[in-house]
Amino acid sequence: MSIGIDVNAFRNGNSMNFNSIFDVIGPVMIGPSSSHTAGAAKIGYLSTQIFDKQITAVEFYLHGSFAKTYKGHGTDRALLAGIMRIKPDDSKLRKAFEIVQERGIEYNFYKEDLGDVHPNSVRIVLFGIDDTSEQIIGSSVGGGRILISRIGQTDVEVDGDYATLITKHFDKPGVIAKVSTILSAYGINIAFMKVFRQLRGAQASLIVQVDEILKEEILNKIQELDEIQEVKFINSLRQAGVI
Amino acid sequence: MMIKNSLDIIEICTKENVPIWEVAISYEEAQSGFSREEIVEKMGRHFSQMQKSIDTGLDLDDRKIRSKMFRDDAKKLMVYRKKNKPLSGTTISKAVAYALSVMELNCSMGRIVASPTAGSCGVLPAVIISAMETLKMKKKHGVNALFTAGMVGTIIAKNASLSGAIGGCQAEIGSASAMAAAAVVEMAGGSPQMAFDAAAIALKSVMGLICDPVAGLVEVPCAKRNGMGASNALIAADMVLAGIPSVIPFDEVVWAMNKVSQIMPSAHKETSEGGIAITPTGQRLRDEIFGED
Ligand code: SF4
Repeated sequence: MSIGIDVNAFRNGNSMNFNSIFDVIGPVMIGPSSSHTAGAAKIGYLSTQIFDKQITAVEFYLHGSFAKTYKGHGTDRALLAGIMRIKPDDSKLRKAFEIVQERGIEYNFYKEDLGDVHPNSVRIVLFGIDDTSEQIIGSSVGGGRILISRIGQTDVEVDGDYATLITKHFDKPGVIAKVSTILSAYGINIAFMKVFRQLRGAQASLIVQVDEILKEEILNKIQELDEIQEVKFINSLRQAGVI
Repeated sequence: MMIKNSLDIIEICTKENVPIWEVAISYEEAQSGFSREEIVEKMGRHFSQMQKSIDTGLDLDDRKIRSKMFRDDAKKLMVYRKKNKPLSGTTISKAVAYALSVMELNCSMGRIVASPTAGSCGVLPAVIISAMETLKMKKKHGVNALFTAGMVGTIIAKNASLSGAIGGCQAEIGSASAMAAAAVVEMAGGSPQMAFDAAAIALKSVMGLICDPVAGLVEVPCAKRNGMGASNALIAADMVLAGIPSVIPFDEVVWAMNKVSQIMPSAHKETSEGGIAITPTGQRLRDEIFGED
């Protein structure tokens, strides 16, 4: 269940809309498919922004059209390239299998029905050098645009267009106000905000898209709030130089 | 600045006495916060990449289309049009060869500019660059043409879709063709109204075109449809430049395309469950590429 608070209604009323002329003329990318190749590479890349560790192994669970046609579209190479932070317009993407071997990263591809998700979706399980792991579900929603819909067990909405703050917190009145107060005290402009919660009073998460990179200090302030269990900050793909 | 449709754009063009590409640059400045110089520079890079994709595609020796469904089609057409009198004329036969070239590069995991999508990446470079060569235009005209095309595409995206999975091939190749038609009409000196008329004619001409890729790959019929989209754009441009208007205005054509998309069965929207994808040959190719599962 999600409750949308659209702070900035001017974003065309729909965050999935085309806004820039360069969404239509561009991006420069390695073919053949904006959704199955470039989008897949972006999902991989953004996953490593979320799980920011040296990766030793990775499992890809491909759903729907990704499962059906991944070989022909190079979706496998693109996903691997992404988790190695090779950008969607880098011709090294073609050599992802060779490069992943050189770097000694173990990988596997599986087919899996992820249920009610976009047809171009993948569940990625990343394993870090310190024996930690993270699972991420991402979809390529068209024209190379992507959406991360789950991190671990938490429903999220991260599209990589904006830097994104994600909290895990107990659903109590006032949490959202407290977080926004901290952000505005630092002059941070909120582009978009959304709350996800399972049940009233249970665990919830707050997704805040912001225009700039949040300093450690701000993240600490938010982390110190009583209700907050966890805070995560993800750079936008633009800030990472991907788009 | 709220720009919803072609009427808004034509109104601004008339009031300020500027072409569509000028409005596009201002629009991008307003929505992105980047400077005019940065925006023009970025489009210049995209233009150069398009040129490079055509050249690389025509010289694809070390690479193959991964499914092996076809190869060297662009080269064959280039050789043919040089040795013979091409029935479709010099500009169109060249544009088609260029479109095939970029698509062959795309299908072999080469670097292209999605415009608007990767599956339709051959149309704009083919039309704009072949028209530039015929009209003896410079790079800056080509870059401006891309802005015009981008503005037209943005309008389609706002009111319908640019994706084959949502709107069928009319939304992908049809949009690319409309964008290209408008771009070269302005390049050839046509007015903003004429540019949108050409876009309307190009889009009307492929209304209802379904998306039916064999084996789910952006190869067959996609590469040749890029060739068709390119020729369709040039034909629409010539009609308009000759003084023939579109009977149905552009915004209404986009509206109609969206309506068609909504009732188009999902079998005809990139699922490969209809059209040429399910012909006996289409199915055999799929089985050869992916095995029977
Ligand atoms: S048939 Fe489908 S995949 Fe091929 S170019 Fe048309 S819209 Fe794109």
